Amino acid sequence: MTAVSARAAGPADLRERPGVAVRLEGLTRRYGSVVALDGLDLEISGGEFVALLGPSGCGKTTALRAIAGFDRPDGGRVLVDGRDVTNVPANKRDMGMVFQAYSLFPNLTVAENVAFGLRVRRRAKPERARRAAELLELVGLADRAGRYPHQLSGGQQQRVALARALAVAPQVLLLDEPLSALDAQVRVQLREEIRRIQLELGITTVFVTHDQSEALSVADRVGVLRAGRLEQIAGPDELYERPATAFVAEFVGTMNRLPATLTGGEVELLGVRRAVAGAAPPSGPVVALVRPESLLVEAAQAGGGRVITRTFSGASTRLLVALPDGTEVRVDVASAASQDLTPGTAVTVRPAERPVLVAPAEPD
Amino acid sequence: MTTLTGVAGAGGVAPETPVRPGRRGAGAWRFAVLAVLGLYFLVPIGASIWYTVRDKLSGGVTAKHYAGIPAAEGFADAFGRSLALAVLTVVLALALMVPTVVLVELRFPRLRTTVELLTLMPLVLPPIALVVGVRSVLSWAPDYFLNTPLADAFFALQKPSLPWILVFVYVVLAMPFVYRALDAGVRGSDLKTLTEAARNLGASWPRVLASVVLPVLRTSVLNASFLVVALVMGEFTIAVILGFETFPIWIVRISGSQPQMSVAVSVLSLMVTWALLLLISALDRRRGTKESS
Repeated sequence: MTAVSARAAGPADLRERPGVAVRLEGLTRRYGSVVALDGLDLEISGGEFVALLGPSGCGKTTALRAIAGFDRPDGGRVLVDGRDVTNVPANKRDMGMVFQAYSLFPNLTVAENVAFGLRVRRRAKPERARRAAELLELVGLADRAGRYPHQLSGGQQQRVALARALAVAPQVLLLDEPLSALDAQVRVQLREEIRRIQLELGITTVFVTHDQSEALSVADRVGVLRAGRLEQIAGPDELYERPATAFVAEFVGTMNRLPATLTGGEVELLGVRRAVAGAAPPSGPVVALVRPESLLVEAAQAGGGRVITRTFSGASTRLLVALPDGTEVRVDVASAASQDLTPGTAVTVRPAERPVLVAPAEPD
Repeated sequence: MTTLTGVAGAGGVAPETPVRPGRRGAGAWRFAVLAVLGLYFLVPIGASIWYTVRDKLSGGVTAKHYAGIPAAEGFADAFGRSLALAVLTVVLALALMVPTVVLVELRFPRLRTTVELLTLMPLVLPPIALVVGVRSVLSWAPDYFLNTPLADAFFALQKPSLPWILVFVYVVLAMPFVYRALDAGVRGSDLKTLTEAARNLGASWPRVLASVVLPVLRTSVLNASFLVVALVMGEFTIAVILGFETFPIWIVRISGSQPQMSVAVSVLSLMVTWALLLLISALDRRRGTKESS
């Protein structure tokens, strides 16, 4: 892995090719009574890296398969570089895809796998060999060219799959949870490597994942899907700091739900008043959505809260605190300042001095 | 039947399971089980071999019963006929079942249970019932279709030199084994993802079949073929009732006049079966460890 950064950039023709725009217009797909895509609109500009994030069954994979041509939508259009490809078969779409499951052809060597798309395109043998070597160099597996897939680790197989997808110089790169079968450390390494290669080649990329940290760390923009619709699409910072809806707020990052009351444009929670972030619903009982790092905790004999667990994770430590009314909240504190906050400690919890996002209270 | 189940278990699709360090005493048990099983199989085979090489007159050992096989009356015809039937059955069964299994896997996964049940029918239905049905159709149809091309077709099916009717019946009988062997291969590999990967890389459907599906199913296809060959080379009931002289029928016919030779032929065919089995697993193993430097 250390060799990665020192390696030369990818094949010249890939780099010089400008990324193309991808547009989804009102994509609809039903499986029986289940609506997987419910009029999905999405615009991806050339060279952009967009992650589609959502819980399972939200339609993200269906959307990707519609772009790849494996799944024909019931309605709507897929446009690549302005061209309608909705009815173009998968093998004529010129897209590279990396799958969640290991997908290397078991009977072919690593180099043959990478060259498969070129063989299908009837390129000359020397060209195929040169190209496969270039791409294996790009993903750092030049020394594994003659191996068979079963002789590689999971991470290596997915890197070969990436090289194979890129070998045909596709217009769009599609990544269908390519990291989910790998262990944590490899996952982080490989996602960084995917991003590096994507930036080097400037290829338009759609990355489907259910892992928010994966999406937030690599993508230019992250689209959060819910029930076949796009809930919000924005840059990682904006998505985290200014979620458009309660669903996004809770799906991205960790979010505490606290009972609160809305009066006069301000929200009252944990005994203090704070400004409301974004559009405020009508006055009355609401749910305040507060990030763990936006809560402040202090040891206090008279405090009604009680620390339940303390989870150390390097620079920060997460506390699970039970409030007097029984609500449990997660609070992130600097590890250095939390040594006395052991389980059982009586504490007070209050929100930090910043606007608070609220959602309508759910009827019990 | 012992041969068949043995082979089905030998399918090369199962992943290698690491051998766990056994508890103390497990080795002795393993040995005991193997010894009992070994005796169970080896004693009858050993007895058969001894019977075929014993020279009754001199009390010594002779190979004359083996040497005499090729020239034995009717051997070449019956053996050649059975071999031809086996090859035709393999080709037809695979042509029918490979696309079926692949289609069920990729396009109609909901039909899997139905197809599985259908392919089990020949095991549920006694061969004798099947052959009685076939025989009544064969005797009724030529009369019914008299003076039409269909009648000729029915006669052609029953040509004693190469009875095609047996091929069709054997394809039905082989269905459970062929389906199972192929299905194991399909389940052992993620065919859906592999075909999608190939499609994504620009391959047409025929190309996907030729360069992805068939290589992936190679071991299963070999296993299925082997099972069919073993089945056809040993099938007795259908052939004898329909009145065709295939290899097993010939063995029974000469057993009256030349008992030692008939057993010698049986032993030989057993050896050939084993050799085929070893060949298949050797091919499979070579593929598994093939490595280029």
